[in-house]
Amino acid sequence: MADYVIDERVDITDVVCPMTFVKAKVAMEELEIGQVLAITMNDGEPVQNVPRSFKEEGQQILKLIDNENGTYDLIVKKLED
Amino acid sequence: MAVDYGALKKGGFMRQKQKNNFSLRLQVVGGTLTAENLKIIAEVAEKYGDGHVHLTSRQGVEIPFIKLDDIDEVKEELAKGDCHPGVCGPRVRTVTACQGSEICPSGNIDSYKIALELDKRYFARELPHKFKFGVTGCQNNCLKAEENDVGIKGAQIVNWKKEDCIMCGVCEKACREGAITIQNGNITLDEQKCNNCGRCVKSCPTDAWEGTPGFMVSFGGTFGNHISEGKSLLPVITSEEQLYRVTDAAIQFFDDYANPGERFKFTIDRVGVDKLEKVLKEAYNG
Repeated sequence: MADYVIDERVDITDVVCPMTFVKAKVAMEELEIGQVLAITMNDGEPVQNVPRSFKEEGQQILKLIDNENGTYDLIVKKLED
Repeated sequence: MAVDYGALKKGGFMRQKQKNNFSLRLQVVGGTLTAENLKIIAEVAEKYGDGHVHLTSRQGVEIPFIKLDDIDEVKEELAKGDCHPGVCGPRVRTVTACQGSEICPSGNIDSYKIALELDKRYFARELPHKFKFGVTGCQNNCLKAEENDVGIKGAQIVNWKKEDCIMCGVCEKACREGAITIQNGNITLDEQKCNNCGRCVKSCPTDAWEGTPGFMVSFGGTFGNHISEGKSLLPVITSEEQLYRVTDAAIQFFDDYANPGERFKFTIDRVGVDKLEKVLKEAYNG
């Protein structure tokens, strides 16, 4: 299943909504189209909302990985600037 | 000649504490006003009022301090900006709505369109007591559907398409009801837990959750002197035609059975929810 290579990582577990998505989005802006970002986020509101926000921005969600420590890694491929 | 305050109130002119001053309520649907409306409202407030307007608790606009002698002139002025007086008293009141799916990413239905249709069908209809409709686009319930005599809430009936799914895991977390379980390359939906919010549909990156929009309707909400939450008595409604059959039936039930000055909730309690349920189910089934 892991048919992607992570180009960059960002940790958004140190911020709360709405800064979670802002921080993730800023990190995404640094990437080139086609590159893949891994975003580490907390359980709860971030994991409920951040994936959908990226979908609405036109990016491609590849995977949500449960780190089994109360955090998740969301793997997103950049499709749009 | 004696002033007919009842007729004035019916026509949206609300008597103020200050003698011969009226707060003029305007007809507003779903909290939506055009720039043209706002301009004429501002002009009238400056010319005939005291230069301020009041935004009501149900998305209406009132222009206070309108003088009794100016009422006809004010109506004419407002009509130039396509604004018209609203209503008060025992009849169908302002239909409220959120922005709905045309504007809001969370919306499951076009709330404003539904509100316009409800307004067209029922606004100002004479009834035994006040009757309020509210339309909210989704489970976030920004418009507080259950406060209303009839509340309408946008829903999604969801269905998982295995062939489009990449097993990313997003929907299981997006679901706030714990209705989605991913196990051994398969997804199960617990329909008892699903509240038709549509978050799985909105969040799925490959559109493997398909959603059929629908309406959840609540009956008998009231939030004034007595507070009671409107009750859902039907399954999700899946077409506008079916929705209006149900709203027609609900308002007719109120018209037929309510005592003067009795809100829908108390009519339902007195006459029996079973009786209403029967009428609604007939309308639901067409």
